[in-house]
Amino acid sequence: MVSFIFSRLMQAIATMLVVTLIAFVLFRYVGDPVNQMVGIETSLEQRETLREQLGLNDSMSVQYLRFVVRALHLDFGVSYQQKEAVSAMIAQRLPATLELTLVSVIFAIGFGVPLGVLSGLHPRSLASRAFMVLSLIGVSLPTFLIGILLIFVFSVQLGWLPSFGRGETVLIGGWSTGFLTSSGLQSLILPSITLGLFQMTLIMRLVRSEIMEVLPTDYIKFARARGLSDRVIHFGHALRNTMIPVITVTGLQIGSIIAFSIITETVFQWPGMGLLFLQAVQNVDIPVMAAYLMLIAFLFVTINLAVDLLYVTVDPRIRLAGTPA
Amino acid sequence: MSEASADFWKRVADSDLLYSFRRSPGAIIAAVVTLGLGLAALLAPWIAPHDPFDPAGLSILDNFLPPAWEEGGDARFLLGTDDQGRDLLSAMLYGLRISLAVGFASVILAMIVGVWLGLIAGYVGGFADVIIMRVADVQMTFPAILIALLLAGIFRGTAGPGSSDSATMMLLIISISLSFWVQYARTVRGSVLVQASKEYVEAARLIGVSSIGIMVRHILPNVLAPVLVIATINLALAIIIEATLSFLGVGVPSGRPSLGTLIRIGNDYLFSGEWWITLFPGVLLGVLALSVNLFGDWLRDALNPKLA
Repeated sequence: MVSFIFSRLMQAIATMLVVTLIAFVLFRYVGDPVNQMVGIETSLEQRETLREQLGLNDSMSVQYLRFVVRALHLDFGVSYQQKEAVSAMIAQRLPATLELTLVSVIFAIGFGVPLGVLSGLHPRSLASRAFMVLSLIGVSLPTFLIGILLIFVFSVQLGWLPSFGRGETVLIGGWSTGFLTSSGLQSLILPSITLGLFQMTLIMRLVRSEIMEVLPTDYIKFARARGLSDRVIHFGHALRNTMIPVITVTGLQIGSIIAFSIITETVFQWPGMGLLFLQAVQNVDIPVMAAYLMLIAFLFVTINLAVDLLYVTVDPRIRLAGTPA
Repeated sequence: MSEASADFWKRVADSDLLYSFRRSPGAIIAAVVTLGLGLAALLAPWIAPHDPFDPAGLSILDNFLPPAWEEGGDARFLLGTDDQGRDLLSAMLYGLRISLAVGFASVILAMIVGVWLGLIAGYVGGFADVIIMRVADVQMTFPAILIALLLAGIFRGTAGPGSSDSATMMLLIISISLSFWVQYARTVRGSVLVQASKEYVEAARLIGVSSIGIMVRHILPNVLAPVLVIATINLALAIIIEATLSFLGVGVPSGRPSLGTLIRIGNDYLFSGEWWITLFPGVLLGVLALSVNLFGDWLRDALNPKLA
């Protein structure tokens, strides 16, 4: 058990080191940092002084070490484009992305689990077949297309919901939230459906197949024999057993949600981290790209580690099997 | 038709694969649609009613014409025109061509890289195996679209804005394929580990066949089924990733619009009522991705290989 945790922790740290190395190489060798910072009229001498000040003449290992230490202190340098500290830019954009992610996950679970249970209980019914076809389409269509279609129907044709931005936001202790105004809440609807749809279909299919697998088992039959109501059996007994894989998959999907938030944020002009990253890619703003890369990697690695550990505590078979290779 | 080829066709007609294909209407529809779209893309220069990239044939007066059946539509432009007066149907056919070309190219490149790395990792083993599989592990943690986007960004940074269209295209194909190689490598490595200990490989080695010869002639044919399945499923993914990157403005160069580029252009006019510029390419992209996906799903169920 301890060795399992230790090996997973080591793996996570190794991944982070690789990612920081990539980010460092990106930061240091794609384009010249000095040229990006100064204007055309700066003399060669001034450039050389700046180079010395920034420590760009030190050996590579020293520079890498300094880069990692700074990253640990959340110092990611200054954006080439905005001339602003990258960490401040990210901190400003973080609430928008996190709120969007949160609402999407709630949407995905809130609809995915009940729909999965229903279509698992009645796999041959018309409704569950319709849901399966819809989910196949949902999985196949690119995210940005779903977003555009939603905008076309609900903003352009019907005029019900806003199609861009966060609406009015309220600032609470440095955190700008869209949860407290009606325009903020309305603005959340379309982007979070766009972002959560893929996860919703995934959860629905997973719950469906788990339920279908669990229903013929003995303990469900026994529960029926005891005369428990259908609702208790379906949602208490059957659903509870499907929760372990659902938790795992949902946890691992949070990474993809963050990745796809780049697309959703672009479609809806949502002022979050994804849009920031995309603008950085378009403008070749290396410090922002490097910082985003490290942040995302950190999130991924942490989530994976947490899911691994959760799995071990929930499922004793993994603990008994010892350390997997 | 010679004896041997007649024999071959009889074997094809009797195969389980064809039997399963005949019995699943979804797969047949998907295959027919995919093939039809592929043909349309291939023949685009001949069947497109206009040449959308010939500036002499364009008239700015024709811009924003709605589809022919709508009020104000023009019979010359069946699906309407875009902001520059290009015939949308022709632009879509050419866009389909580029989307499919980029998709196929990146899948093939990923396949070559992944299969070779998998063969090396499995057959050579040792240090090479550790390195290749560790890199694969790290990369598996991140979604393909994120990796492709990041690589596209890095390439833009190193290549500079002045690089040529074909260079941008090459870099795009490389970024998509680099996000895909892991699955091939893992699957091939797994099969190689199984095959390498079998007697026929031992025998081949004893009679002096070289390592490369064993890998290519004896082991590779045994791993083709899973590789084919992965390639089909990845084709749909590659098309989607290309469209997404182009939609985000970091994909194909603007001189050669793919379906994703057309959707991006049209997206700017969605609110002013010119819905056709976005929706027609969007529907075409959706149909393409869906049919390739369905076909891949069927192929996976029919061949039922072990995928890593």
